[in-house]
Amino acid sequence: MSIILDKVNYVYGAGTAYEAQALKNVSLKIEDGEFIGLIGHTGSGKSTLIQHLNGLIRAASGGIYYNGEDIYDRDYDMRGLRSKVGLVFQYPEHQLFETTIFEDVCFGPLNQGLSKKEAGVRAFEALNCVGIPEELYYQSPFDLSGGQKRRVAIAGVLAMKPEVLILDEPTAGLDPGGRDEILDQIAKMHREQGITVLLVSHCMEDIAKYVGRIIVMNQGEVLFDGAPEKVFEHYRELEAIGLGAPSVTNFLHGLLERGLPVNARAITVEAAKHEILEMIAERKRR
Amino acid sequence: MTLCLSGGVGKGKRTGKSMIRDITIGQYYPGDSPIHRLDPRVKLFGTLIYIISLFIFKGVAAFVLAAIFLVAAIKLSGVPFFYMVKGLKAIVVLMVITGLFHLFFTQGTPLVSFGALTVTREGLKNAALMLVRLALLIIGTSLMTLTTTPNQLTDGLEKSLAPLSKIGIPVHEIAMMMSIALRFIPILIEETDKIMKAQAARGADFESGNIFRKVKAMIPLLIPLFVSAFRRANDLALAMEARCYRGGAGRTKMKPLCYRKCDYAAYAVLFLYLASMIALRFVWIRMSVFLEW
Repeated sequence: MSIILDKVNYVYGAGTAYEAQALKNVSLKIEDGEFIGLIGHTGSGKSTLIQHLNGLIRAASGGIYYNGEDIYDRDYDMRGLRSKVGLVFQYPEHQLFETTIFEDVCFGPLNQGLSKKEAGVRAFEALNCVGIPEELYYQSPFDLSGGQKRRVAIAGVLAMKPEVLILDEPTAGLDPGGRDEILDQIAKMHREQGITVLLVSHCMEDIAKYVGRIIVMNQGEVLFDGAPEKVFEHYRELEAIGLGAPSVTNFLHGLLERGLPVNARAITVEAAKHEILEMIAERKRR
Repeated sequence: MTLCLSGGVGKGKRTGKSMIRDITIGQYYPGDSPIHRLDPRVKLFGTLIYIISLFIFKGVAAFVLAAIFLVAAIKLSGVPFFYMVKGLKAIVVLMVITGLFHLFFTQGTPLVSFGALTVTREGLKNAALMLVRLALLIIGTSLMTLTTTPNQLTDGLEKSLAPLSKIGIPVHEIAMMMSIALRFIPILIEETDKIMKAQAARGADFESGNIFRKVKAMIPLLIPLFVSAFRRANDLALAMEARCYRGGAGRTKMKPLCYRKCDYAAYAVLFLYLASMIALRFVWIRMSVFLEW
Protein backbone atom coordinates (compact mmCIF):
# COMPACT_ATOMS: atom_id res chain seq x y z
CA MET A 1 0.00 0.00 0.00
CA SER A 2 1.36 3.37 -0.91
CA ILE A 3 0.50 6.85 -2.07
CA ILE A 4 2.34 8.15 -5.10
CA LEU A 5 2.25 11.75 -6.24
CA ASP A 6 3.48 12.35 -9.74
CA LYS A 7 4.39 15.94 -10.70
CA VAL A 8 1.42 17.50 -8.92
CA ASN A 9 0.76 21.17 -9.62
CA TYR A 10 -1.84 23.38 -7.99
CA VAL A 11 -2.74 27.03 -8.55
CA TYR A 12 -4.96 29.13 -6.29
CA GLY A 13 -7.27 31.66 -7.90
CA ALA A 14 -6.34 30.73 -11.46
CA GLY A 15 -7.27 33.49 -13.88
CA THR A 16 -7.69 36.19 -11.23
CA ALA A 17 -5.41 38.98 -10.06
CA TYR A 18 -4.53 36.94 -6.98
CA GLU A 19 -3.21 33.89 -8.81
CA ALA A 20 -0.61 31.97 -6.82
CA GLN A 21 1.06 28.67 -7.56
CA ALA A 22 0.82 26.64 -4.36
CA LEU A 23 2.45 23.41 -5.59
CA LYS A 24 5.12 23.04 -8.24
CA ASN A 25 5.85 19.59 -9.68
CA VAL A 26 5.60 17.75 -6.38
CA SER A 27 6.55 14.09 -6.70
CA LEU A 28 6.50 11.85 -3.63
CA LYS A 29 6.10 8.25 -2.61
CA ILE A 30 4.62 7.43 0.78
CA GLU A 31 5.06 3.80 1.82
CA ASP A 32 2.82 1.78 4.07
CA GLY A 33 3.54 2.14 7.78
CA GLU A 34 5.79 5.16 7.53
CA PHE A 35 5.78 7.98 10.11
CA ILE A 36 6.51 11.11 8.15
CA GLY A 37 7.00 14.69 9.25
CA LEU A 38 6.03 17.38 6.76
CA ILE A 39 7.60 20.72 7.56
CA GLY A 40 7.63 24.06 5.85
CA HIS A 41 7.14 27.74 6.50
CA THR A 42 3.65 29.33 6.42
CA GLY A 43 2.52 29.39 2.81
CA SER A 44 4.97 26.72 1.67
CA GLY A 45 2.13 24.55 0.37
CA LYS A 46 2.00 21.86 3.05
CA SER A 47 -1.71 22.25 3.82
CA THR A 48 -2.49 22.32 0.11
CA LEU A 49 -0.44 19.19 -0.39
CA ILE A 50 -2.19 17.14 2.28
CA GLN A 51 -5.64 18.08 0.98
CA HIS A 52 -4.66 16.48 -2.31
CA LEU A 53 -4.01 13.18 -0.59
CA ASN A 54 -7.68 12.50 0.13
CA GLY A 55 -9.05 14.24 -2.93
CA LEU A 56 -10.43 17.39 -1.27
CA ILE A 57 -8.47 19.46 -3.77
CA ARG A 58 -7.97 18.39 -7.33
CA ALA A 59 -4.52 18.91 -8.82
CA ALA A 60 -4.29 21.27 -11.79
CA SER A 61 -1.96 18.77 -13.41
CA GLY A 62 -0.17 15.59 -12.40
CA GLY A 63 -1.42 12.32 -10.97
CA ILE A 64 -2.06 10.79 -7.54
CA TYR A 65 -2.15 7.03 -7.07
CA TYR A 66 -3.46 5.31 -3.96
CA ASN A 67 -2.47 1.64 -3.84
CA GLY A 68 -1.70 1.84 -7.52
CA GLU A 69 -5.12 3.23 -8.49
CA ASP A 70 -5.45 6.65 -10.09
CA ILE A 71 -7.70 8.67 -7.76
CA TYR A 72 -8.65 10.97 -10.64
CA ASP A 73 -10.12 8.04 -12.58
CA ARG A 74 -13.71 8.73 -13.58
CA ASP A 75 -15.18 5.88 -11.52
CA TYR A 76 -12.80 6.06 -8.57
CA ASP A 77 -14.61 5.89 -5.21
CA MET A 78 -13.62 9.26 -3.74
CA ARG A 79 -15.68 8.84 -0.57
CA GLY A 80 -14.02 5.47 -0.03
CA LEU A 81 -10.66 7.19 -0.33
CA ARG A 82 -11.68 9.72 2.30
CA SER A 83 -12.39 7.00 4.80
CA LYS A 84 -9.05 5.33 4.05
CA VAL A 85 -7.05 8.55 4.25
CA GLY A 86 -8.13 10.33 7.44
CA LEU A 87 -7.37 14.02 7.51
CA VAL A 88 -7.34 16.02 10.73
CA PHE A 89 -7.37 19.71 9.89
CA GLN A 90 -5.70 22.50 11.78
CA TYR A 91 -7.78 23.47 14.81
CA PRO A 92 -10.08 20.45 14.26
CA GLU A 93 -12.11 21.40 17.34
CA HIS A 94 -13.89 24.00 15.16
CA GLN A 95 -15.71 21.24 13.29
CA LEU A 96 -17.54 19.80 16.34
CA PHE A 97 -21.30 20.20 16.03
CA GLU A 98 -23.29 17.42 17.70
CA THR A 99 -25.11 17.61 21.00
CA THR A 100 -22.88 15.05 22.68
CA ILE A 101 -19.27 14.07 22.26
CA PHE A 102 -20.20 10.47 21.55
CA GLU A 103 -22.58 11.39 18.72
CA ASP A 104 -20.02 13.71 17.20
CA VAL A 105 -17.46 10.93 17.01
CA CYS A 106 -20.13 8.66 15.49
CA PHE A 107 -20.63 11.10 12.59
CA GLY A 108 -17.76 9.71 10.49
CA PRO A 109 -18.54 5.99 10.92
CA LEU A 110 -22.25 6.60 10.22
CA ASN A 111 -21.31 8.39 6.99
CA GLN A 112 -19.31 5.29 6.08
CA GLY A 113 -22.58 3.38 6.18
CA LEU A 114 -22.02 1.47 9.41
CA SER A 115 -24.94 0.60 11.67
CA LYS A 116 -25.57 2.62 14.81
CA LYS A 117 -24.17 -0.16 16.92
CA GLU A 118 -20.98 -0.57 14.95
CA ALA A 119 -20.48 3.20 14.85
CA GLY A 120 -20.91 3.27 18.62
CA VAL A 121 -18.22 0.63 19.06
CA ARG A 122 -15.89 2.58 16.79
CA ALA A 123 -16.57 5.80 18.70
CA PHE A 124 -15.94 4.07 22.01
CA GLU A 125 -12.60 2.72 20.79
CA ALA A 126 -11.52 6.03 19.29
CA LEU A 127 -12.43 8.07 22.38
CA ASN A 128 -10.65 5.53 24.53
CA CYS A 129 -7.61 5.77 22.29
CA VAL A 130 -7.31 9.55 22.65
CA GLY A 131 -7.83 9.31 26.40
CA ILE A 132 -11.24 10.95 26.93
CA PRO A 133 -12.73 9.66 30.20
CA GLU A 134 -16.06 7.86 29.89
CA GLU A 135 -17.98 10.25 32.14
CA LEU A 136 -17.56 12.96 29.48
CA TYR A 137 -19.06 10.94 26.61
CA TYR A 138 -22.57 12.35 26.92
CA GLN A 139 -21.63 15.97 27.53
CA SER A 140 -21.76 18.74 24.96
CA PRO A 141 -18.46 19.04 23.06
CA PHE A 142 -18.68 22.81 23.55
CA ASP A 143 -18.22 22.44 27.31
CA LEU A 144 -14.78 20.83 27.06
CA SER A 145 -11.38 22.46 27.43
CA GLY A 146 -9.41 23.30 24.30
CA GLY A 147 -7.13 20.27 24.54
CA GLN A 148 -10.05 17.91 25.18
CA LYS A 149 -12.00 19.31 22.21
CA ARG A 150 -8.98 18.74 20.02
CA ARG A 151 -8.76 15.12 21.15
CA VAL A 152 -12.46 14.54 20.54
CA ALA A 153 -12.06 15.96 17.03
CA ILE A 154 -9.10 13.68 16.36
CA ALA A 155 -11.17 10.75 17.67
CA GLY A 156 -13.83 11.75 15.11
CA VAL A 157 -11.37 10.92 12.35
CA LEU A 158 -9.84 7.89 14.09
CA ALA A 159 -13.28 6.31 14.44
CA MET A 160 -13.33 5.92 10.67
CA LYS A 161 -10.35 3.56 11.02
CA PRO A 162 -8.20 5.18 8.33
CA GLU A 163 -5.21 3.36 6.86
CA VAL A 164 -3.37 6.65 6.57
CA LEU A 165 -3.72 9.39 9.19
CA ILE A 166 -2.76 12.93 8.27
CA LEU A 167 -2.62 15.57 10.99
CA ASP A 168 -2.19 19.26 10.20
CA GLU A 169 -0.45 20.93 13.14
CA PRO A 170 -2.27 18.83 15.75
CA THR A 171 -0.46 20.59 18.59
CA ALA A 172 -0.93 24.24 17.55
CA GLY A 173 -2.04 26.31 20.52
CA LEU A 174 -1.73 23.53 23.12
CA ASP A 175 0.38 23.67 26.27
CA PRO A 176 3.49 21.42 26.41
CA GLY A 177 1.64 18.79 28.48
CA GLY A 178 -1.26 18.53 26.03
CA ARG A 179 1.16 18.54 23.12
CA ASP A 180 3.21 15.59 24.37
CA GLU A 181 0.08 13.65 25.27
CA ILE A 182 -1.39 13.96 21.78
CA LEU A 183 1.88 13.18 20.02
CA ASP A 184 2.55 10.19 22.28
CA GLN A 185 -0.89 8.80 21.51
CA ILE A 186 -0.33 9.22 17.79
CA ALA A 187 3.06 7.52 18.04
CA LYS A 188 1.45 4.68 19.99
CA MET A 189 -1.19 4.14 17.32
CA HIS A 190 1.47 4.10 14.66
CA ARG A 191 3.42 1.48 16.62
CA GLU A 192 0.54 -0.73 17.64
CA GLN A 193 -1.89 -0.49 14.73
CA GLY A 194 0.67 0.05 12.03
CA ILE A 195 -1.16 2.95 10.38
CA THR A 196 0.77 5.35 8.18
CA VAL A 197 1.05 8.78 9.80
CA LEU A 198 1.83 12.08 8.15
CA LEU A 199 2.42 14.82 10.70
CA VAL A 200 2.48 18.44 9.57
CA SER A 201 4.31 20.67 11.99
CA HIS A 202 6.80 23.43 12.23
CA CYS A 203 8.09 22.45 15.61
CA MET A 204 11.39 20.73 14.89
CA GLU A 205 11.54 19.09 18.32
CA ASP A 206 8.19 17.32 17.77
CA ILE A 207 9.24 16.12 14.38
CA ALA A 208 12.71 14.97 15.40
CA LYS A 209 11.43 12.98 18.33
CA TYR A 210 8.81 10.91 16.51
CA VAL A 211 9.18 10.65 12.77
CA GLY A 212 11.27 8.34 10.60
CA ARG A 213 11.31 10.56 7.55
CA ILE A 214 11.09 14.28 6.96
CA ILE A 215 9.78 16.11 3.93
CA VAL A 216 10.67 19.80 3.77
CA MET A 217 8.52 22.07 1.62
CA ASN A 218 9.52 25.51 0.45
CA GLN A 219 7.47 27.73 -1.87
CA GLY A 220 5.46 24.83 -3.21
CA GLU A 221 8.41 22.54 -3.86
CA VAL A 222 9.92 19.61 -2.01
CA LEU A 223 13.28 20.88 -0.80
CA PHE A 224 14.57 17.92 1.21
CA ASP A 225 13.21 14.42 1.71
CA GLY A 226 14.93 11.84 3.89
CA ALA A 227 15.80 10.58 7.35
CA PRO A 228 15.73 13.29 10.05
CA GLU A 229 19.48 13.09 10.64
CA LYS A 230 20.16 13.60 6.93
CA VAL A 231 17.71 16.47 6.60
CA PHE A 232 18.94 18.30 9.68
CA GLU A 233 22.49 18.20 8.27
CA HIS A 234 21.24 20.98 6.02
CA TYR A 235 20.56 23.12 9.07
CA ARG A 236 21.97 26.24 7.43
CA GLU A 237 19.68 25.95 4.40
CA LEU A 238 16.77 25.22 6.75
CA GLU A 239 17.53 28.38 8.70
CA ALA A 240 17.65 30.35 5.46
CA ILE A 241 14.00 29.43 4.79
CA GLY A 242 12.97 30.20 8.36
CA LEU A 243 12.91 26.65 9.77
CA GLY A 244 16.17 25.51 11.37
CA ALA A 245 17.10 22.25 13.08
CA PRO A 246 16.14 21.23 16.64
CA SER A 247 17.92 23.36 19.26
CA VAL A 248 19.92 20.39 20.44
CA THR A 249 21.31 19.80 16.93
CA ASN A 250 22.27 23.47 16.75
CA PHE A 251 23.96 23.09 20.13
CA LEU A 252 26.03 20.13 18.91
CA HIS A 253 27.04 22.03 15.79
CA GLY A 254 28.12 24.87 18.07
CA LEU A 255 30.31 22.49 20.06
CA LEU A 256 31.78 21.14 16.84
CA GLU A 257 32.62 24.64 15.62
CA ARG A 258 34.40 25.36 18.89
CA GLY A 259 36.66 22.39 18.33
CA LEU A 260 35.04 19.61 20.36
CA PRO A 261 35.05 16.40 18.29
CA VAL A 262 31.38 15.55 18.78
CA ASN A 263 29.11 13.77 16.34
CA ALA A 264 26.57 16.47 15.43
CA ARG A 265 24.03 14.14 13.82
CA ALA A 266 22.00 13.62 16.99
CA ILE A 267 18.55 15.19 16.84
CA THR A 268 17.01 14.36 20.21
CA VAL A 269 18.15 15.35 23.68
CA GLU A 270 18.77 11.70 24.67
CA ALA A 271 20.91 11.01 21.61
CA ALA A 272 22.84 14.24 22.12
CA LYS A 273 23.51 13.36 25.75
CA HIS A 274 24.82 10.02 24.61
CA GLU A 275 27.09 11.63 22.01
CA ILE A 276 28.51 14.15 24.45
CA LEU A 277 29.19 11.51 27.13
CA GLU A 278 30.84 9.36 24.48
CA MET A 279 33.01 12.26 23.43
CA ILE A 280 34.05 12.98 27.01
CA ALA A 281 34.85 9.32 27.66
CA GLU A 282 36.91 9.22 24.48
CA ARG A 283 38.95 12.23 25.59
CA LYS A 284 39.54 10.73 29.03
CA ARG A 285 40.81 7.53 27.47
CA ARG A 286 43.45 9.47 25.56
CA MET B 1 -22.73 50.30 -3.88
CA THR B 2 -22.66 47.10 -5.85
CA LEU B 3 -21.14 44.10 -4.21
CA CYS B 4 -20.50 41.34 -6.62
CA LEU B 5 -19.87 37.77 -5.71
CA SER B 6 -17.95 36.35 -8.60
CA GLY B 7 -15.77 33.33 -8.84
CA GLY B 8 -15.45 29.67 -9.21
CA VAL B 9 -18.32 28.14 -7.36
CA GLY B 10 -18.45 24.51 -8.22
CA LYS B 11 -15.03 24.29 -9.79
CA GLY B 12 -14.10 20.84 -8.63
CA LYS B 13 -16.97 19.12 -10.33
CA ARG B 14 -15.80 15.60 -9.85
CA THR B 15 -14.34 16.01 -6.41
CA GLY B 16 -17.93 16.90 -5.66
CA LYS B 17 -17.63 19.84 -3.33
CA SER B 18 -17.94 23.42 -4.42
CA MET B 19 -14.83 24.76 -2.77
CA ILE B 20 -15.59 28.42 -2.59
CA ARG B 21 -12.16 29.76 -1.94
CA ASP B 22 -11.88 31.68 -5.21
CA ILE B 23 -14.67 34.13 -4.48
CA THR B 24 -13.54 37.73 -4.43
CA ILE B 25 -15.55 40.32 -2.61
CA GLY B 26 -16.16 43.78 -3.98
CA GLN B 27 -14.15 42.40 -6.90
CA TYR B 28 -11.27 44.83 -6.23
CA TYR B 29 -8.54 44.66 -8.86
CA PRO B 30 -5.26 45.76 -7.28
CA GLY B 31 -3.33 48.38 -9.19
CA ASP B 32 -1.68 51.78 -8.99
CA SER B 33 -3.31 53.71 -11.82
CA PRO B 34 -4.48 57.35 -11.62
CA ILE B 35 -8.02 56.00 -11.20
CA HIS B 36 -6.96 53.76 -8.30
CA ARG B 37 -5.26 56.72 -6.62
CA LEU B 38 -8.29 59.02 -6.83
CA ASP B 39 -10.07 59.95 -3.63
CA PRO B 40 -12.97 57.50 -3.14
CA ARG B 41 -15.38 60.45 -2.87
CA VAL B 42 -14.47 61.51 -6.40
CA LYS B 43 -15.20 58.00 -7.63
CA LEU B 44 -18.50 57.84 -5.75
CA PHE B 45 -19.72 61.18 -7.09
CA GLY B 46 -18.26 60.40 -10.48
CA THR B 47 -20.26 57.20 -10.69
CA LEU B 48 -23.39 59.03 -9.54
CA ILE B 49 -22.89 61.73 -12.18
CA TYR B 50 -22.23 59.13 -14.82
CA ILE B 51 -25.46 57.30 -13.97
CA ILE B 52 -27.43 60.55 -14.10
CA SER B 53 -25.85 61.47 -17.42
CA LEU B 54 -26.91 58.12 -18.88
CA PHE B 55 -30.53 58.95 -18.16
CA ILE B 56 -30.59 62.50 -19.46
CA PHE B 57 -28.98 61.80 -22.79
CA LYS B 58 -30.73 61.29 -26.05
CA GLY B 59 -29.33 60.64 -29.48
CA VAL B 60 -26.39 58.89 -30.99
CA ALA B 61 -23.84 61.64 -30.32
CA ALA B 62 -24.47 61.42 -26.57
CA PHE B 63 -24.17 57.65 -26.72
CA VAL B 64 -20.79 57.94 -28.35
CA LEU B 65 -19.61 60.54 -25.86
CA ALA B 66 -20.68 58.41 -22.86
CA ALA B 67 -18.96 55.38 -24.33
CA ILE B 68 -15.77 57.28 -25.12
CA PHE B 69 -15.70 58.71 -21.60
CA LEU B 70 -16.03 55.24 -20.10
CA VAL B 71 -13.48 53.61 -22.38
CA ALA B 72 -10.99 56.38 -21.59
CA ALA B 73 -11.52 55.83 -17.85
CA ILE B 74 -11.09 52.06 -18.24
CA LYS B 75 -7.89 52.51 -20.25
CA LEU B 76 -6.56 54.85 -17.58
CA SER B 77 -7.41 52.36 -14.79
CA GLY B 78 -5.37 49.57 -16.38
CA VAL B 79 -8.00 46.98 -15.40
CA PRO B 80 -8.38 44.38 -18.18
CA PHE B 81 -11.61 44.84 -20.12
CA PHE B 82 -12.54 41.21 -19.40
CA TYR B 83 -13.17 42.09 -15.74
CA MET B 84 -15.67 44.79 -16.73
CA VAL B 85 -17.71 42.44 -18.86
CA LYS B 86 -17.80 39.88 -16.04
CA GLY B 87 -20.19 42.23 -14.20
CA LEU B 88 -22.56 42.09 -17.17
CA LYS B 89 -22.97 38.34 -16.86
CA ALA B 90 -25.00 38.79 -13.68
CA ILE B 91 -27.68 40.86 -15.43
CA VAL B 92 -27.89 39.10 -18.77
CA VAL B 93 -31.40 37.82 -17.96
CA LEU B 94 -32.57 41.28 -16.95
CA MET B 95 -31.13 42.74 -20.13
CA VAL B 96 -32.82 40.15 -22.34
CA ILE B 97 -36.23 40.72 -20.70
CA THR B 98 -35.91 44.50 -20.90
CA GLY B 99 -34.85 44.27 -24.54
CA LEU B 100 -37.78 42.02 -25.46
CA PHE B 101 -40.32 44.25 -23.73
CA HIS B 102 -39.08 47.31 -25.55
CA LEU B 103 -38.89 45.41 -28.81
CA PHE B 104 -42.46 44.12 -28.78
CA PHE B 105 -44.48 46.60 -26.75
CA THR B 106 -43.55 49.93 -28.26
CA GLN B 107 -46.18 51.59 -30.46
CA GLY B 108 -45.07 52.88 -33.84
CA THR B 109 -44.34 51.96 -37.42
CA PRO B 110 -44.47 48.14 -37.77
CA LEU B 111 -41.46 46.34 -39.28
CA VAL B 112 -42.04 42.61 -38.83
CA SER B 113 -44.78 40.76 -36.99
CA PHE B 114 -44.92 37.32 -35.41
CA GLY B 115 -48.59 36.59 -34.82
CA ALA B 116 -49.77 38.90 -32.07
CA LEU B 117 -46.30 40.38 -31.54
CA THR B 118 -45.14 43.20 -33.72
CA VAL B 119 -41.68 44.67 -33.93
CA THR B 120 -41.79 48.39 -34.59
CA ARG B 121 -39.09 50.76 -35.73
CA GLU B 122 -39.42 52.72 -32.51
CA GLY B 123 -39.32 49.49 -30.53
CA LEU B 124 -36.08 48.43 -32.15
CA LYS B 125 -34.59 51.82 -31.43
CA ASN B 126 -35.78 51.85 -27.82
CA ALA B 127 -34.52 48.34 -27.15
CA ALA B 128 -31.07 49.12 -28.51
CA LEU B 129 -30.95 52.34 -26.52
CA MET B 130 -31.98 50.63 -23.30
CA LEU B 131 -29.50 47.80 -23.67
CA VAL B 132 -26.58 50.12 -24.32
CA ARG B 133 -27.69 52.25 -21.41
CA LEU B 134 -27.79 49.25 -19.04
CA ALA B 135 -24.44 47.95 -20.24
CA LEU B 136 -22.78 51.34 -19.75
CA LEU B 137 -24.38 51.63 -16.31
CA ILE B 138 -23.08 48.28 -15.09
CA ILE B 139 -19.62 48.72 -16.57
CA GLY B 140 -19.42 52.22 -15.07
CA THR B 141 -20.25 51.03 -11.56
CA SER B 142 -17.97 47.99 -11.98
CA LEU B 143 -15.11 50.37 -12.74
CA MET B 144 -15.66 51.99 -9.36
CA THR B 145 -15.76 48.74 -7.39
CA LEU B 146 -12.82 47.34 -9.33
CA THR B 147 -10.56 50.28 -8.54
CA THR B 148 -11.64 51.04 -4.96
CA THR B 149 -11.19 48.76 -1.96
CA PRO B 150 -14.37 48.21 0.07
CA ASN B 151 -12.74 50.02 2.98
CA GLN B 152 -11.96 53.07 0.88
CA LEU B 153 -15.55 53.08 -0.27
CA THR B 154 -16.95 53.06 3.24
CA ASP B 155 -14.47 55.78 4.21
CA GLY B 156 -15.67 57.83 1.27
CA LEU B 157 -19.31 57.26 2.20
CA GLU B 158 -18.68 58.15 5.81
CA LYS B 159 -17.01 61.42 4.92
CA SER B 160 -19.58 62.34 2.27
CA LEU B 161 -22.50 61.63 4.59
CA ALA B 162 -20.87 63.27 7.65
CA PRO B 163 -23.28 66.25 7.59
CA LEU B 164 -26.14 63.83 8.33
CA SER B 165 -24.72 63.15 11.79
CA LYS B 166 -25.84 66.67 12.73
CA ILE B 167 -29.45 65.51 12.51
CA GLY B 168 -28.79 62.48 14.67
CA ILE B 169 -27.97 59.80 12.13
CA PRO B 170 -25.08 57.67 13.44
CA VAL B 171 -23.03 57.90 10.23
CA HIS B 172 -19.78 56.73 11.77
CA GLU B 173 -21.37 53.70 13.41
CA ILE B 174 -23.09 52.71 10.18
CA ALA B 175 -19.83 53.03 8.26
CA MET B 176 -18.00 51.01 10.92
CA MET B 177 -20.61 48.26 10.75
CA MET B 178 -20.31 48.21 6.99
CA SER B 179 -16.55 47.91 7.02
CA ILE B 180 -16.62 45.18 9.68
CA ALA B 181 -19.26 43.29 7.71
CA LEU B 182 -17.20 43.61 4.54
CA ARG B 183 -14.06 42.55 6.35
CA PHE B 184 -15.79 39.48 7.72
CA ILE B 185 -17.23 38.20 4.46
CA PRO B 186 -13.96 36.71 3.17
CA ILE B 187 -13.16 35.35 6.65
CA LEU B 188 -16.50 33.59 6.90
CA ILE B 189 -16.20 32.27 3.36
CA GLU B 190 -12.80 30.82 4.19
CA GLU B 191 -14.21 29.37 7.41
CA THR B 192 -17.12 27.80 5.51
CA ASP B 193 -14.71 26.27 3.04
CA LYS B 194 -12.57 24.91 5.85
CA ILE B 195 -15.47 23.36 7.76
CA MET B 196 -16.95 21.91 4.58
CA LYS B 197 -13.65 20.24 3.84
CA ALA B 198 -13.25 19.03 7.41
CA GLN B 199 -16.72 17.45 7.36
CA ALA B 200 -16.14 16.05 3.87
CA ALA B 201 -13.00 14.41 5.26
CA ARG B 202 -15.33 12.71 7.77
CA GLY B 203 -17.50 11.46 4.95
CA ALA B 204 -20.16 14.18 4.92
CA ASP B 205 -22.04 14.52 1.66
CA PHE B 206 -23.51 17.94 0.86
CA GLU B 207 -24.79 17.18 -2.60
CA SER B 208 -26.76 14.00 -3.09
CA GLY B 209 -30.24 13.20 -1.84
CA ASN B 210 -33.50 15.12 -1.90
CA ILE B 211 -34.07 18.56 -0.46
CA PHE B 212 -34.67 17.32 3.11
CA ARG B 213 -31.48 15.30 3.10
CA LYS B 214 -29.59 18.29 1.76
CA VAL B 215 -30.95 20.59 4.44
CA LYS B 216 -30.06 18.02 7.08
CA ALA B 217 -26.60 17.71 5.60
CA MET B 218 -26.08 21.42 6.21
CA ILE B 219 -26.31 21.05 10.00
CA PRO B 220 -22.70 19.89 10.45
CA LEU B 221 -21.66 22.94 8.44
CA LEU B 222 -23.93 25.61 9.91
CA ILE B 223 -23.50 24.89 13.61
CA PRO B 224 -19.71 25.19 13.63
CA LEU B 225 -20.00 28.23 11.36
CA PHE B 226 -22.36 30.05 13.73
CA VAL B 227 -20.26 29.09 16.74
CA SER B 228 -17.19 30.50 15.09
CA ALA B 229 -18.95 33.67 13.92
CA PHE B 230 -20.10 34.41 17.47
CA ARG B 231 -16.66 33.64 18.82
CA ARG B 232 -15.05 36.01 16.31
CA ALA B 233 -17.59 38.76 17.00
CA ASN B 234 -16.93 38.45 20.73
CA ASP B 235 -13.15 38.55 20.23
CA LEU B 236 -13.42 41.58 17.97
CA ALA B 237 -15.66 43.49 20.37
CA LEU B 238 -13.25 42.75 23.19
CA ALA B 239 -10.24 43.80 21.13
CA MET B 240 -11.94 47.05 20.13
CA GLU B 241 -12.90 47.85 23.69
CA ALA B 242 -9.41 47.01 24.89
CA ARG B 243 -8.22 49.77 22.55
CA CYS B 244 -10.73 52.21 24.03
CA TYR B 245 -13.08 52.32 21.05
CA ARG B 246 -16.17 54.30 22.01
CA GLY B 247 -17.76 55.19 18.71
CA GLY B 248 -17.29 58.10 16.38
CA ALA B 249 -17.23 61.17 18.65
CA GLY B 250 -13.81 62.85 18.63
CA ARG B 251 -12.24 60.03 16.67
CA THR B 252 -9.48 60.84 14.19
CA LYS B 253 -8.37 58.80 11.20
CA MET B 254 -5.05 57.18 10.43
CA LYS B 255 -5.42 58.04 6.77
CA PRO B 256 -7.74 61.06 6.60
CA LEU B 257 -9.27 61.62 3.19
CA CYS B 258 -8.19 64.88 1.62
CA TYR B 259 -8.49 66.14 -1.92
CA ARG B 260 -5.36 66.60 -3.97
CA LYS B 261 -4.75 68.37 -7.25
CA CYS B 262 -5.61 65.33 -9.35
CA ASP B 263 -8.93 64.97 -7.52
CA TYR B 264 -9.89 68.53 -8.40
CA ALA B 265 -8.79 67.86 -11.97
CA ALA B 266 -11.02 64.77 -12.00
CA TYR B 267 -13.97 66.84 -10.76
CA ALA B 268 -13.30 69.35 -13.54
CA VAL B 269 -13.31 66.59 -16.15
CA LEU B 270 -16.53 65.17 -14.67
CA PHE B 271 -18.38 68.48 -14.78
CA LEU B 272 -17.11 69.16 -18.28
CA TYR B 273 -18.51 65.77 -19.28
CA LEU B 274 -21.86 66.43 -17.59
CA ALA B 275 -22.08 69.88 -19.19
CA SER B 276 -21.45 68.50 -22.65
CA MET B 277 -24.05 65.77 -22.12
CA ILE B 278 -26.63 68.41 -21.16
CA ALA B 279 -25.60 70.56 -24.09
CA LEU B 280 -25.94 67.60 -26.43
CA ARG B 281 -29.45 66.97 -25.14
CA PHE B 282 -30.57 70.47 -26.00
CA VAL B 283 -28.87 70.32 -29.38
CA TRP B 284 -30.65 67.05 -30.05
CA ILE B 285 -34.06 68.47 -29.12
CA ARG B 286 -33.46 71.45 -31.40
CA MET B 287 -32.38 69.15 -34.19
CA SER B 288 -35.38 66.87 -33.84
CA VAL B 289 -37.73 69.85 -33.75
CA PHE B 290 -36.00 71.12 -36.84
CA LEU B 291 -36.24 67.77 -38.56
CA GLU B 292 -39.90 67.36 -37.75
CA TRP B 293 -40.60 70.78 -38.99
